[in-house]
Amino acid sequence: MKKKIKIKLNGKSIAINYYSTLFNIVQKNKIPLTKVAIELNQEIVDKKKIKSINLKNNDKIEIVHFIGGG
Amino acid sequence: MKKDKLIISKKNFSSRLIVGTGKYKNMQECAKAINLSGAEIVTVAVRRVNITDKKKPLLMDYIDPKKITYLPNTAGCFTSKEALRTLRLAREIGGWKLVKLEVLGDKKNLFPEMIETLKSTEVLTKEGFKVMVYCNDDPLMAKRLENAGACAIMPLAAPIGSGLGIINEINIKIIRKQTKLPLIIDAGLGQASDAAIAMELGCDGVLVNTAIAKAKKPFQMALAFKNAVIAGRQSYLSGRIKKTLYGNPSSPKSGII
Repeated sequence: MKKKIKIKLNGKSIAINYYSTLFNIVQKNKIPLTKVAIELNQEIVDKKKIKSINLKNNDKIEIVHFIGGG
Repeated sequence: MKKDKLIISKKNFSSRLIVGTGKYKNMQECAKAINLSGAEIVTVAVRRVNITDKKKPLLMDYIDPKKITYLPNTAGCFTSKEALRTLRLAREIGGWKLVKLEVLGDKKNLFPEMIETLKSTEVLTKEGFKVMVYCNDDPLMAKRLENAGACAIMPLAAPIGSGLGIINEINIKIIRKQTKLPLIIDAGLGQASDAAIAMELGCDGVLVNTAIAKAKKPFQMALAFKNAVIAGRQSYLSGRIKKTLYGNPSSPKSGII
């Protein structure tokens, strides 16, 4: 069995494969990259570089977009 | 009137009505109301993508950011830190530099926390943002925001969503006289005539959300606000008559039979 690590994605704890990249997460969740911004541990991530960002245990990812608001 | 444009940070807009995109029943209703209002700028919020329910409709699928200017807003932020984080993320989504800063200080009255707002304005301006600032109707604070680099002053008419209309016309007039920056009434309008009054006071525009979204007939209200803003602006530019204590007949006094 593959080794798993725990991360938080938009506040929700999930287990992912060791050696997963941020790109894997985006792909798996079908995130439309042009319509979102991504934070990793409260730092904004350059969306062009997500393929080379390996995730570690306890990483916190926030993926946000625009919604209706006043 | 054709050349009478609203200019914000060197960008020209024909409509002086800015509308919010919150509180509508659904995205279709929101998009139709915006279309009827004639607004060219809409405020939007930055929130988490719904990871579990991917079928949830996306704002960008209903309101095209290439046709309508998205104005990211920090609604719901209570500290400078939260507001800065939100707007930096907003810029990352699509390169938006024109933003609306709103830092609230009290969950009940939703009044702006002006110390945090001022601090945030300074930081954001230095980072290259064009900051339209939601503020209270205090001329002194409006001046400080202008000095800090705000690109538009957006005083409240009354508490957000209250529908009370402009509570302090005198202060709005004073702010109008002291600044050449776009002055946009933000929050608290309840009906179309409130918008007309704001425009007659010399404001450059109004921002409306709840009054349209929560009206019994949002589409009709969107149209009413559109017309009120146009009427109020035309009235302001026309130069109103002086108020007098006594009557002044409209028909000639001579030749009476």
